Amino acid sequence: MNSTMSTKDIKFSDSSMDYVQRLIKRYPEGKHKSALIPILHVAQAEFDGWLSSDVMDYVASILKIQSVEVYEVASFYSMFNLKPIGKCHIEVCRTSSCWLRGAEDIIQHLENRLKIKVGETTPDGMFTLKTVECLGSCGTAPMMQVGTDFFENLTKEKTDNLLQRFSNENKRRTYCDQPETRTS
Amino acid sequence: MGKKLLLQYDHIPGIQSYDVYRKNNGYASVEKALKTMAPDAVTEEVKKSGLRGRGGAGFPTGMKWGFLAKPPGVARYLVCNADESEPGTFKDRYLMERLPHLLIEGMITSSYALGANTSFIYIRGEYFYITHILNKAIDEAYQNGWLGKNILGTDYSLDLYVHVGAGAYICGEETALLESLEGKRGNPRIKPPFPAIAGLYGCPTVVNNVETITAVVPIINDGGEEYAKIGIGKSTGTKLISASGHINKPGVYEIEMGVPVEEFIYSDEYCGGIWNGKKLKAVVAGGSSVPILPAELILRTVNGEPRLMSYESLADGGFATGTMLGSGGFIVMDETTSIVKNLWNFTRFYHHESCGQCSPCREGTGWMEKILHRLLEGQGKMSDVDLLWDIQSKIEGKTICPLGDAAAWPVASAIRHFRAEFEAMVKHVEPVQKSSKIVA
Repeated sequence: MNSTMSTKDIKFSDSSMDYVQRLIKRYPEGKHKSALIPILHVAQAEFDGWLSSDVMDYVASILKIQSVEVYEVASFYSMFNLKPIGKCHIEVCRTSSCWLRGAEDIIQHLENRLKIKVGETTPDGMFTLKTVECLGSCGTAPMMQVGTDFFENLTKEKTDNLLQRFSNENKRRTYCDQPETRTS
Repeated sequence: MGKKLLLQYDHIPGIQSYDVYRKNNGYASVEKALKTMAPDAVTEEVKKSGLRGRGGAGFPTGMKWGFLAKPPGVARYLVCNADESEPGTFKDRYLMERLPHLLIEGMITSSYALGANTSFIYIRGEYFYITHILNKAIDEAYQNGWLGKNILGTDYSLDLYVHVGAGAYICGEETALLESLEGKRGNPRIKPPFPAIAGLYGCPTVVNNVETITAVVPIINDGGEEYAKIGIGKSTGTKLISASGHINKPGVYEIEMGVPVEEFIYSDEYCGGIWNGKKLKAVVAGGSSVPILPAELILRTVNGEPRLMSYESLADGGFATGTMLGSGGFIVMDETTSIVKNLWNFTRFYHHESCGQCSPCREGTGWMEKILHRLLEGQGKMSDVDLLWDIQSKIEGKTICPLGDAAAWPVASAIRHFRAEFEAMVKHVEPVQKSSKIVA
């Protein structure tokens, strides 16, 4: 799965650029680098859910900083994808209370259903399965995050229903979407 | 039923919206502070209240505020730490999602006390949907004159912004948070200098947890002395406990400090007892970083006194027989839990989240994870238990930030209280089923 965009295609939409400029203005004069992480979220959502080096170079040019300053940040934070990702990035919490309340069963179930292992993407590019650390849903465990939304109190049946729903919707779920009502 | 200070209006439909919040005494503390109190008087009330940082360290908030340097002509900042990532902790999410205006009100009153004219809420990136909730509430606050220029016609102006992170537990450490806010990797800074002297952009800064900031609201409304009447000893007021694990009623509970632990676990008012008719085996009382305790030591101190939900009581006995209140992430484990596997789960977390600056943490967490994995796969040696003990002792206290300690303490406490389980695993060679789940 390679990005089909060339460098000259990488440009924020007008509304995204407007938002990016408003983000930059929040921070004091000369401290606009503070806007880097919020802007990377916008970039990731706009450009197929991941950050290629071309996209990162573009963000660097907007903030007038060195490319390496963007690379080092993007490589540090776990929410930034540096490789192409499926339309639905399924992130199952694997820590502590989720593990105590059956996260491993849900993870195994997802591997079986999707016929991929954790870390892989389905051949049709629809689903990427990852495990992540504590998502602050310990009281409603086990659970997963897909894009912006949390799906909690998971059972195998609920998980199957959600997979079906995501397949039917067939759209990319990113962190920057407007949130929907929680389903738990 | 204990007194509720933070969650007293939680049950009211529509309390997320400005109109309903305002009707229920919302923003009263801002009115009182800006119109009738000097900024230092607000800090005085917080000092009198005995409020301690609710993120996990429990440092007296009023004292922290008192440390803030105030050089003329230099900006000061208040940053709310909404990076909540300590395993077992979900109370800040609850507060921000259900009572966004309570946090905003607390931010305004606190910013006024500190002389900050720009304040930030640094929220973990995974809580992205909550940024929409907070931003909507902030918009409402601006529209109704509680933020912006000359609030309530006074000289005081404040701009408040939500700043989103991108997935890094280490950014819950205040100096790593500031690095992240400045657009960099979340590497903690060496202290001193403390943020109160040189924090965000090198300017005097206070970083406070979400729950700490919200507690300022009832403290100013009712007075610090009233707040201090609740609780026990140096644990005043109320605390939000995030209860999870093998209990019947997981969730967020606001307790008066000093509730007996046994009541908290077994009463229907709180956790409702152990699920599935099982017995209690162990508790991690304050988020994964604090020492794990077996059932007999979490319910009673080593002297046989009932253990209470307070800073002092949970710490009674030091790490030999006690633990910490920490973030209040109360994780309960029943008799079926493998302590060794749970420890591997925690250690993997710390290894994943280590920023990598300090060799003891970066390398040590990885070694401990590998050894525990080896134990679980049936390849462990008896010397591995002593090796784990040795490694954790070489991490604790030898790093720039407390993540090293946080990785060491679970290992030390698990071996201290459950050594037999480690040894049984070596002797019986019971491998966990090999699967992709085990691979780090």
